[in-house]
Amino acid sequence: MSNPSNPSSDSGHPSGKPSGGFSLKGFIETDNTEQPTGSRAPLVLNMHKFGEVTHQVCRVAENRPPMAWYIAFVICLGMMGFLGFCVMYLIFTGVGVWGLNNPVMWAYDITNFVFWVGIGHAGTLISAILFLFRQKWRTGINRFAEAMTIFAVVCAGLFPGIHVGRVWLAYWLFPIPNSMEMWPQFRSPLLWDVFAVSTYFTVSLVFWYVGMIPDLATLRDRAKGRFQQFAYGLASIGWRGSMRHWHRYEVAYLLLAALATPLVLSVHSVVSFDFAVSQVPGWHTTIFPPYFVAGAIFSGFAMVVSLAVPARQLFGLKDLITMRHLDNMNKIILLTGCMVGYAYSMEFFIAWYSGAMYEKFAFVNRAFGQYWWAYWIMVSCNVITPQLFWFKAVRTSIPLMFILSIFVNVGMWFERFVIIVTSLANDFLPSSWDQFVPTWVDIGTMVGAFGLFGTLFLLFCRYLPMIAIAEVKAIMPEANPHAGHHGDDHGIPSGAIPALREPRSAEDSL
Amino acid sequence: MTTLSPQTQASSASTNSSSLPLYGMMAEFETPSQIMAAAKKVNAAGYRFWDCHVPFPVHGLDKAMGIKRTILPILVFGAGFTGAILGFCLQAFTNAESFSIWALVWVTGYPFLISGKPLMSVPAWIPIIFELTILLSALSAVGLMLLMNGLPRLSHPLLSNNRFRRATDDRFFIVIESRDPKFLRSKTEAFMKTLGAKHIEVVEDR
Repeated sequence: MSNPSNPSSDSGHPSGKPSGGFSLKGFIETDNTEQPTGSRAPLVLNMHKFGEVTHQVCRVAENRPPMAWYIAFVICLGMMGFLGFCVMYLIFTGVGVWGLNNPVMWAYDITNFVFWVGIGHAGTLISAILFLFRQKWRTGINRFAEAMTIFAVVCAGLFPGIHVGRVWLAYWLFPIPNSMEMWPQFRSPLLWDVFAVSTYFTVSLVFWYVGMIPDLATLRDRAKGRFQQFAYGLASIGWRGSMRHWHRYEVAYLLLAALATPLVLSVHSVVSFDFAVSQVPGWHTTIFPPYFVAGAIFSGFAMVVSLAVPARQLFGLKDLITMRHLDNMNKIILLTGCMVGYAYSMEFFIAWYSGAMYEKFAFVNRAFGQYWWAYWIMVSCNVITPQLFWFKAVRTSIPLMFILSIFVNVGMWFERFVIIVTSLANDFLPSSWDQFVPTWVDIGTMVGAFGLFGTLFLLFCRYLPMIAIAEVKAIMPEANPHAGHHGDDHGIPSGAIPALREPRSAEDSL
Repeated sequence: MTTLSPQTQASSASTNSSSLPLYGMMAEFETPSQIMAAAKKVNAAGYRFWDCHVPFPVHGLDKAMGIKRTILPILVFGAGFTGAILGFCLQAFTNAESFSIWALVWVTGYPFLISGKPLMSVPAWIPIIFELTILLSALSAVGLMLLMNGLPRLSHPLLSNNRFRRATDDRFFIVIESRDPKFLRSKTEAFMKTLGAKHIEVVEDR
């Protein structure tokens, strides 16, 4: 905590503060998960001045990153390079380089697509739905959750693009006037998917960028180098915090949130229609839209936890992404995990209750057929291990939540694999059954996509404001203009207020 | 409070740069409640071309400044409605009609008969109508917001002011522009001194 009685700390730029490096002190967690009766638990720890928040976030983009960043960046860049190689090999050779066969015509490609689209749901959920519900804790995590959304959708968009076989004809997916007078078939869920995912990408990108404009202006105004001033100046499009601008900005942001909320729920519903509208047993299910949306939020939050835990440690952002934020996210993981578990059991119930022979077989085959191991990995990671989050000790333990969130990511990848591959491999006619075995190109593309995601995410951490600075300031108790003595119910010594209002020294007003 | 330094600051700034035209007068505050009280006074004094510059939207400041609610939502509704109509027409034309229209080139619709479904399969078109509604509304919400705010802007007199840099950090500014009919340098300066600002400065129009 900064000393409020010391006038020299009133500069707003506590530049002398050490960054949260790898000292033992950096691993000590403050527990702010308890809500004292009659007041709100603080969402910003150890900071009572707006300048401190600015500095905490901006120094990440202004200073050289820690060594771990360089190591991670090189690894991710290498993986991304391998992705490029696998995709090129695929394009020059043909989709035969994947392990697809006649009944299993979708496997890793669409599994990865659905996995990444699902990951991409947490960002917009946090920024839009939690915004509409006035959940103030979203401000600490929304920026990088949104960034994660964009990068996940970039990864997702890659797979349908390359799985079409003749990649150079991928533009046929869009209704572009052409000399062949040929149009897409708008009754197909695959085309709905094209529109849903591209709309989702565009709106998420716009949402992310609009939220970032005021913070880019902050970086512009702090930038020392000529190039940084120019680049951040261009990106912040002349934002100067005018209240007349803020007024329209807030209305536009509210509208975007209201528009993105049905959008985020629709995208994974439309993705699930790719399966649910078909006749394949195991796909032809009305539970799919809500089940897919719950799964998407589940996996998205798990990914946010997987990224937030190392990022807050590495960049010293523990006062802004606090234990309360993590605890809340773990609760959402628990809730959506239970919803997913309910969907798994309800699928089985309906398969039995429907009396449809093929439906019954499809589900028994999932659990005990040739892919039984994938099914049980899915159930253990998605239904069983998240139950540990009922215990507060687990929800507030950094190592445990990190491990469990990785489990969820693995489990959710397998969920999509189970749905897609088991249903296709053993469909109506036993004579055409086959098994899907991935090739090195399948695995390389999957691993490489993580490299693409990681590279983009690391670049974002390095150069852009990782936390919504303006939004965090607005939820600080000090931001309330109606409090006569701002924040005096939050443990600031009352002496802090006159000290803040005192005129500065003569040298300061120069 | 700062009785002397604003005066000296303002006068020194004016003597140094009398060649440059005046953009306005700027007052700096340290807390949201200070600028809230000051904004009410400026509004009551009848200024029209003035603004508050704050690092985050201060709750209720727009009302204190007398800003009328923006018509943005109505425009966005119009854009969303256009998106829905566009989505319907796009699908009806490309999948159910056979006439030609001019869309940069002459294009012809194609009545797409598949699985014996009716040509006008409106239920199957709902997802795309929905997506285009959202897409046009969202893009127009942002585009119109920026347009109404006069952004993007590559330069602005305020952005050349060094002190103003903290408007995106931790300081709260009120700027009264010189084009305001009530603006009279000496009078406005005297008025701003009554607002309880930490610092008052002249902003040049560069």
